[in-house]
Amino acid sequence: MALANNTSSVDPGIKVELGRRYRFSASHRLHNASLSEAANHEIYGKCNNPHGHGHNYILEVTVSGPVDPATGMIANLADLDAFVERQVLNDYDHKSFNQDVPAFRNVVPTTENLCIDIFRRLKTFPVAKLERIRVDETGNNSFEYAGDNTEGGQP
Amino acid sequence: MVLLTRKIEFSASHRYDNPNLSPEENRRVFGKCNNPHGHGHNYTLEVTVEGDPSPITGMVLDLKDLKELLDREIMQRMDHRNLNVEVPELAGKIPTCENIALVIWNLLEPKIPAGKLHRVRLYESADLFADCYRAAASNGHAPSRKAGK
Repeated sequence: MALANNTSSVDPGIKVELGRRYRFSASHRLHNASLSEAANHEIYGKCNNPHGHGHNYILEVTVSGPVDPATGMIANLADLDAFVERQVLNDYDHKSFNQDVPAFRNVVPTTENLCIDIFRRLKTFPVAKLERIRVDETGNNSFEYAGDNTEGGQP
Repeated sequence: MVLLTRKIEFSASHRYDNPNLSPEENRRVFGKCNNPHGHGHNYTLEVTVEGDPSPITGMVLDLKDLKELLDREIMQRMDHRNLNVEVPELAGKIPTCENIALVIWNLLEPKIPAGKLHRVRLYESADLFADCYRAAASNGHAPSRKAGK
């Protein structure tokens, strides 16, 4: 096998991204305490059920960067997996967003808001640039977020 | 502009090993992907082309041509092969998802009408994929809400 550090064929005009999927299961209740019971029921419907409900979420994380010729990788999956586990999954999996995750004490845990919180937690990944995240709440609902500098500034 | 995607599946084996690193370093960096006898995946390749539909044919690109191109350039080269030893374009490279996707981009781009190749996405498994884009042309992967609640 020839030396695995030949970069001559890498076209700098081609951008490469790496996408990885993770799963977590959690419960939530969509409820805004500043609204009336009737308004909450009107807006959130069955998601306003007082005792909450849950989903099997799928989180897709996409990062970009140069492919290291020594490893063939943008980021070592072991590093990415460990980072996502530490930054997101440990806090999210098998938890109640409303009660267990401080970011949602006063923020309604819609999947839109989950995306913003997850992006804020992952944007410090030291190995590669976080491009975007996608969260599938169910097989029919998915949300994407690529950051807009407001993440972390939620009310 | 319309995007058109064709999907193919191929199965291949590979091994991650950098001859410049010691056996211990290879095991540390690549983990079980360094297993001396290799392992394999069912890869799924999505090739997306872009363009305006021809007023005559209504097509961005003739799918039959794209199917034949993918069969000739990718299936015959990679399906049921050992990527380390049977694919010359990967010689000297670690056959990661990133590098295979780049090789596929470089094989396809010259054979597709200029500017039409939008994205190459290669899934190694349902939970891992690499994307290639022409950076200047189309990294406008705008975040979007895909469905209502």
